[in-house]
Amino acid sequence: MKVCVQREDFDLTTEVRRISGEGKVGAIASFVGLVRDVPMTLEHYAGMTEREIGKIVEEAARRWQVMDATVIHRFGELQPTDQIVLVAIASAHRRDAFAACEFIMDYLKTRAPFWKKEHRAEGARWVEARESDDEAAKRW
Amino acid sequence: MKVKVLFFAGLREQLGAAGEELELPAGVATVGALRKHLERRGGAWESVFAEKRLVRVALNQDMASPASALRSGDEVAFFPPVTGG
Repeated sequence: MKVCVQREDFDLTTEVRRISGEGKVGAIASFVGLVRDVPMTLEHYAGMTEREIGKIVEEAARRWQVMDATVIHRFGELQPTDQIVLVAIASAHRRDAFAACEFIMDYLKTRAPFWKKEHRAEGARWVEARESDDEAAKRW
Repeated sequence: MKVKVLFFAGLREQLGAAGEELELPAGVATVGALRKHLERRGGAWESVFAEKRLVRVALNQDMASPASALRSGDEVAFFPPVTGG
């Protein structure tokens, strides 16, 4: 299991290859979150972010067959089209890989201590947490 | 007892402070009591920590609740609902 919180960008192909295993992995499901059209600053609570994401991945591994997992979340100044977050899950079969991947993203959105500040022409503004994210986490 | 308090994101900006070491008065022994103690400072503190405002808390880097008990040397972080991912 790899959990990284970092400024640097990541490469999906490299991360997928890393968890491809040696013959038992039949499925890798992945998610990449991107910055849309507004530049942002991502702040985080260093130490707690890695810990909390680690706990979420462990919870996923209790519920589904997770043979390996990678979560990378960036922080700092990000521009439109930049990658923000990667979740990649390796399993024997696709059902567990897809479910674990979606679960981790839904929990990360409501529990990992990051905060986004958008920089628009009219000024900088902290993004508000969404009720739909809380609802998404509850359904698991 | 002494605790370390941290403030993040919008809270930090409104309070004008990233954190402090705090000697707690007798009787302030839970996260909820600490929040009220900070609210009583008035001004921005009163506005940020007013009861109806949504403020999340972590105790030693685990999510906590108002009833969570404080111990000497604890790290308590206050922050808005998270928006990562």
